[in-house]
Amino acid sequence: MKHKVSTTVNGTRREHEVESRLLLVHYLRDVVGLTGTHIGCDTSQCGACTILVDGKAVKSCTMFAVQAEGKNLTTIEGMAKDGELHPLQQAFWDEHGLQCGYCTPGFIMAAAYLLEQNPNPTEDEIRRGLEGNLCRCTGYVNIVKSVQAAAKTMGGARAKPTGHQAVTAGGE
Amino acid sequence: MAVTTMIGAKIHRREDPRLVSGEGRYVDDFTRPGTVFLSVVRSPFAHALVKSIDITQATKAPGVVAVYTYKDFAKVLSGTMPVTPSFVAEKKQIPPRFPIAEKEVVYQGEPVAVVLAETKYQASDASNLIDVEYEQLPAVMDLDKALEAKSPKVHSDGPDNLGWDLTYIPDDPAVMKEAEVVIKARILQQRLAPTSMETRGVLAEYSKPDGTMTVWMSSQSPHFVRLFLGGAMGIPENRLRVISPDVGGGFGAKISPYSEDWLVPAAAKLSGRPVKWIESRTESLLTTTHGRGQVFEVEAGAKKDGTLVFIKATQYLDIGAYMGTFAAFQACACLLAGGAYNWKHVAARTVGVLTNKVPTDPYRGAGRPEATHLCERAIDLLAGELKMDPAELRRKNFITTFPHTNHFGLVFDSGAYEKAMDMAMGIAGYEKLRKEQEEGRKKGKYLGIGMSSWIEICGFGPSAATAPATGGIALVESAQVRVFPTGSVAVYVGTHSHGQGHDTTFPQIVADTLGVPYDSIELRHGDTAEGPAFGYGTYGSRSLAVGGMAVHKASKKVVDKARKIAAHLFEAAEEDVAFDQGHFYVKGSPDKRKAFGEVAFASYGAGLPEGMEQGLEAVAYYDPSNFVWPFGTHIAVVEVDTQTGHVDLKRYIAVDDCGNIINPMIVDGQIHGGVAQGISQALYEEIIYDDESGQMRTGTFTDYLVPSANEFPVFELGRTITPSPTNELGVKGIGEAGTIASSIAIINAVCDALSPFGIKHVDMPASPDRIWKLIHDAQAGSNHGKEARK
Ligand code: FES
Ligand code: FES
Repeated sequence: MKHKVSTTVNGTRREHEVESRLLLVHYLRDVVGLTGTHIGCDTSQCGACTILVDGKAVKSCTMFAVQAEGKNLTTIEGMAKDGELHPLQQAFWDEHGLQCGYCTPGFIMAAAYLLEQNPNPTEDEIRRGLEGNLCRCTGYVNIVKSVQAAAKTMGGARAKPTGHQAVTAGGE
Repeated sequence: MAVTTMIGAKIHRREDPRLVSGEGRYVDDFTRPGTVFLSVVRSPFAHALVKSIDITQATKAPGVVAVYTYKDFAKVLSGTMPVTPSFVAEKKQIPPRFPIAEKEVVYQGEPVAVVLAETKYQASDASNLIDVEYEQLPAVMDLDKALEAKSPKVHSDGPDNLGWDLTYIPDDPAVMKEAEVVIKARILQQRLAPTSMETRGVLAEYSKPDGTMTVWMSSQSPHFVRLFLGGAMGIPENRLRVISPDVGGGFGAKISPYSEDWLVPAAAKLSGRPVKWIESRTESLLTTTHGRGQVFEVEAGAKKDGTLVFIKATQYLDIGAYMGTFAAFQACACLLAGGAYNWKHVAARTVGVLTNKVPTDPYRGAGRPEATHLCERAIDLLAGELKMDPAELRRKNFITTFPHTNHFGLVFDSGAYEKAMDMAMGIAGYEKLRKEQEEGRKKGKYLGIGMSSWIEICGFGPSAATAPATGGIALVESAQVRVFPTGSVAVYVGTHSHGQGHDTTFPQIVADTLGVPYDSIELRHGDTAEGPAFGYGTYGSRSLAVGGMAVHKASKKVVDKARKIAAHLFEAAEEDVAFDQGHFYVKGSPDKRKAFGEVAFASYGAGLPEGMEQGLEAVAYYDPSNFVWPFGTHIAVVEVDTQTGHVDLKRYIAVDDCGNIINPMIVDGQIHGGVAQGISQALYEEIIYDDESGQMRTGTFTDYLVPSANEFPVFELGRTITPSPTNELGVKGIGEAGTIASSIAIINAVCDALSPFGIKHVDMPASPDRIWKLIHDAQAGSNHGKEARK
């Protein structure tokens, strides 16, 4: 049986008829046609599918599309404004916070919520705050740096470094 | 060559704006009109006979377009899945493999049937309605037992379970007698799932009228797929196009072709509809090739003064149920068993063993992490016996003169091992750490310092060495440079970038060679319909040292032709024309010059030198004269909580030397990721099968532990630069270095922390329960360094 679902995706009203079991991530990718939200697991552990639902980070594979009725959804495609990258997008680019880029949309969305909650996180808070997202390429070093840099441009003071700083000695 | 300005510069990646905007295009983001979705019905058993397959209910299910089994695929696919002879010459048995099982299934997850339906939910629903009747057979899971004469067989019609047995260099008993201290170890390299965040996926569309097939696939080597798939389906290369778009990580597991890479295009041909299949994470853990899966018996000896005498390694490699396309490559662990050191004798033997598990194949490092692990563990064990500092034992025995030919005839091109070690020790504050360790132990704080001085063979590879190992295809690389009339440049390469940043680094090379602005150069890869006729792909840290050199060579060919044209325009002799910073001029009068773009425009016009054809483009294939040999030293600092067995990784220092560098930011990123994967092996990841039933127990991320940001410290990097004499750019490779070095740095550190308990060996992953048990047993006096669990 099909259900009507109306949502606002990146500021645009959407109305569709969907199966009750359709996952929100499949709704976004296959029905709305926004493929920037990725899928990396079957058990809601990788965070590749993270979006904002009414401003809160949610793994979109943990919700049915029908549960998004009346909600405001933001995906990675909705982050840049007027042709300008969101400070987090810019920071991931500047700090080499991505390699293959598959995990990146999920990290950016999770980090957006993290900074919303805590504009000035310590390195530790960033690492713990992003625990629900997996990256296989970067070893997380530059992802943490990206979030620190974005925090700074977004108004929070520079995140306090804990532990040892990434350094490259010699050779250059 | 133009003065270098772009090579070595920290240029931000040009692939990133699209990737951070959600505009990357991975296989699952593509669709074709009328696409149907494919779901694979897989064997739930490790070993069974397929008695019957009833598809009646499934074919009647909503949305189902077709159900295919072996007999359908046998009509459109011929031959068996490819296996390269690789580095093992004496092959005993290669079980023939068809992409879908006919009468017998030999690992859990092997395809038995496929369903095509209008939606992926319908395909998945219907696949549950297929009724397969199995007769279970005993599963062969353990390497030792598999080799026993009375063992059940992995393939019921196979002669036995021995894949191969090859002694590269036998023992030398006379030399072994010279050793005054001898150590032995049995080192387990657990099976790992490579786990790119994007799983595998295939979309295929067949045009019956044209007889053309287009395949979109998440692959590190689309040209190889085209070659092999074309053979299986009888489609010539000019009608088969393989596109590997943005790829969400490979790590070696997207080199070899897979069953689905055959089944999806075949299903497209059978059904007349475009077909898409995207692997689920559970399918990935079950059926994407695993890495490692090896056991090493190691013995090494030294003189009392610390002079190394011999090392002997026997590799038992868990092949799985079929030979992976490049499975035998992993035997290269044997060829590097001696590591960075001078030994009087090195002996090595590899034994490949068939089991009822998914095949193993290269995974980041492939053979080289294993070699580093066994050699560096042997060094630490010898240092322990000799009561020498492990760093001093390394220093005393490092290879110092280059080129160096090792016992297996491999020629190390350049190195400065001591320098890298000194830098790593400097960053770590080694002496201070040792003092801290001593102080800590008095207070029950167990700090461990572990070192790994790694070397690597990479840049695969010279045709003379690689063609015999791959069945005739040399692992050289191709590039095409096209200069358009108004001076913009397109570069096509046979390598594939899936995180390595080639879109940025290769144009950096071209910019310097052609002397044109970086922004005027575009890189294209991953589409077999474009560029040179064949490309060899990305793996084995080869893209820069082989592919980058092909780019450089093609660029130089373009400059050569442009110089001839410029000489003609200047009415000067070619030898008198200089090329610098993108401008040609007659030597002695640099003011009268012509920009590269002007010459490009002229090359498409009239009035060229006598006999010269129009155009400015060139194809080059680069065949390296040798492999390249990066190296370095890593140091891990851990603290073990003896109450809980938890290993806290406090610091990680990595000093790596990969020769000249094109883009330091990208090099550091490769090291970060590689180090993280090696640490993950040492502390977290392990594919576990039930020994009796052959069922995988780690089929989701709940059980297969891929660590998050919270499990790692910041890595402290250092760098030395020792250019490679093997190629003109002086470059080596860096994609695998971190992984090659890091697992043993961690394990050496953990063993070092536990040495007060007399513990000398820790299996991977060094999980809290395992460590706790070791400490507990040691304290109970029931264990003197031997772990109960093998
Ligand atoms: S797809 Fe992995 S958490 Fe949603
Ligand atoms: S950048 Fe590849 S998974 Fe994170």
